[in-house]
Amino acid sequence: MSPKTLYDKIWDAHVAHEAEDGTCLLYIDRHLVHEVTSPQAFEGLRMTGRTVRAPEKTIAVPDHNVPTTPGRDDPKNMTEDSAIQVAALDSNAKEFGIHYYPVSDVRQGIVHIVGPEQGWTLPGMTVVCGDSHTATHGAFGALAHGIGTSEVEHVLATQTLIQKKSKNLKVEITGKLRPGVTAKDITLTVIGKTGTAGGTGYVIEYCGEAIRDLSMEGRMTVCNMAIEGGARAGIIAPDEKTFEYCKGRPNAPTGADWDAAVAWWKTLYSDDDAHWDMVVTIAAEDIAPVVTWGTSPEDVLPITADVPAAADFQGGKVDAAQRSLDYMGLTSGTPLTDVEIDTVFIGSCTNGRIEDLRAAAEILKGKKIKDGMRAMVVPGSGLVRAQAEEEGLADIFKEAGFEWRLAGCSMCLAMNPDQLAPGERCAATSNRNFEGRQGRGGRTHLMSPAMAAAAAVTGKLTDVRDFS
Amino acid sequence: MDKFETLTGIAAPLPLINIDTDMIIPKQFLKTIKRSGLGVNLFDEMRYDDGGAEIPTFVLNQDAYRNAEILVAGDNFGCGSSREHAPWALKDFGVKSVISTSFADIFFNNCFKNGILPIVLPQEAVDVLMKDAEKGSNARMIIDLEAQTVTSSDGEAFSFEVDAFKKHCLMNGLDDIGLTMEKAASIDTFEAELSKSRPWV
Repeated sequence: MSPKTLYDKIWDAHVAHEAEDGTCLLYIDRHLVHEVTSPQAFEGLRMTGRTVRAPEKTIAVPDHNVPTTPGRDDPKNMTEDSAIQVAALDSNAKEFGIHYYPVSDVRQGIVHIVGPEQGWTLPGMTVVCGDSHTATHGAFGALAHGIGTSEVEHVLATQTLIQKKSKNLKVEITGKLRPGVTAKDITLTVIGKTGTAGGTGYVIEYCGEAIRDLSMEGRMTVCNMAIEGGARAGIIAPDEKTFEYCKGRPNAPTGADWDAAVAWWKTLYSDDDAHWDMVVTIAAEDIAPVVTWGTSPEDVLPITADVPAAADFQGGKVDAAQRSLDYMGLTSGTPLTDVEIDTVFIGSCTNGRIEDLRAAAEILKGKKIKDGMRAMVVPGSGLVRAQAEEEGLADIFKEAGFEWRLAGCSMCLAMNPDQLAPGERCAATSNRNFEGRQGRGGRTHLMSPAMAAAAAVTGKLTDVRDFS
Repeated sequence: MDKFETLTGIAAPLPLINIDTDMIIPKQFLKTIKRSGLGVNLFDEMRYDDGGAEIPTFVLNQDAYRNAEILVAGDNFGCGSSREHAPWALKDFGVKSVISTSFADIFFNNCFKNGILPIVLPQEAVDVLMKDAEKGSNARMIIDLEAQTVTSSDGEAFSFEVDAFKKHCLMNGLDDIGLTMEKAASIDTFEAELSKSRPWV
């Protein structure tokens, strides 16, 4: 048998039909659904008299729109249009008989945090969702990617997607990370190197010692931002850490099924002599704590650097960089550590898990945020929130001056009331720094949870390694 | 879905790289449960000021381009979120084709589901077409999907590649779901096998 990559193996195990031109029907094992990209798809089913083919493999949770303040299970406490979308998901979940975690359920949270937490996401699966950060689930050795609403409807109706295979890109992070450097710094550094279109047409497999050394949560952070590098998906081969994480989760297999599953999962790795269409290698020791300075996730620099000049770039990036500098209100040559911020957002499907909260709380223990700073922690799920309260992390955040919110996507995309005002500058643990992403005119710097926590205290972008 | 065969229309130049889906349709307009009506908010934050008045320098606010049916844009158009509201907004405005050196994967697929043709051309060709688009409403480009060509107002033609299956669906206005359901037997067989080989799924 010819050698295969991990992606090849999962792909081959899910082809339900292949046409002569290579167009495949790829079988979908798990379909995650949220309130913003699904109403038109369910409406499409109703209009054509179609049903959900595999409701038992379809899991819905409202996350994008929901307020993160108390009393939100009363629709009166939502804006009217948000309440309509959440109510639509409520009724669609009931009508079509799919699994559902309503806002009142402690298990509710960001769909990409709930999926793994509840054991829906397992190695070797195909996982899709009408959200680009579905790439997160690749951390389990699952082929996971975002789809549009028409494709959501297609998966609901047929449990398949029409797909052509992507190319294989290996991103290897060799050696060990230096202290203060995290999974977020890895994934941002990779995007900084390859660019936001560098992964277009590829599925990325992240590998190497630094990836193996990451926890499952760190691996989710890395895969989460594969889409920001343009890739269809990011994936990491499953190992004992993966199996350990999955074991005992509410929807993970048990008994003989578990043993059979693990036996198959252990075959899910790229063969030594597999073919790669492109290889990117980065030494872990060369990765520093990084922040973004511009309005594209590729605008990444070590925190020790200065704000660049448009002339430092080439081609179309010159104009884009100037536009970013203008939008961000930054002057070239300014040390990044001199850039003052007024808002801190810790949360999102990138960095809203318990380890992220622990890392931020570690920095904040016994400290206060700077006067006038607005800082919020939005746990990724109700269960993450409950655990953080049990561990005393919530008290650390609250004593430091952070708002302690309920679970949701919140200020990552600012569809709910958590938004930046024009000109406000935010240290964010989320995944996108696009113009207007966190609110019209708002300015976003992406970074790790520990870096965001340090910035909340100093009021400036801060090198966490110098923070005490 | 509307059929796409040939299109003769005004092209608007958007010479900016990495135009993301947040720019195409900002999140405050995602709270709809319909597919229609988003055209007025296409490129909302570039198109309107804080008071909601048109920003005259933005290309689609210029009289020559108010009826543009083609966009010529910089590299990596449509990056970011999977929101199909982006092609819905383009379609609702009247855009039927976007030309760039590259597109983000999900946006690219979403276009075809909505009768919009994304065309990938080399930088040199996009540069020529960008210049052509800058001529305004007297310059009409011709896109011929059957022949897979874009022709500038000066008659300079560029060939483009398009996936044969996607071309077939676009030219005939076919519904993907209906096509897939014709292969239901294959899905049934796959599922039956799956329940034996990987029962935990």
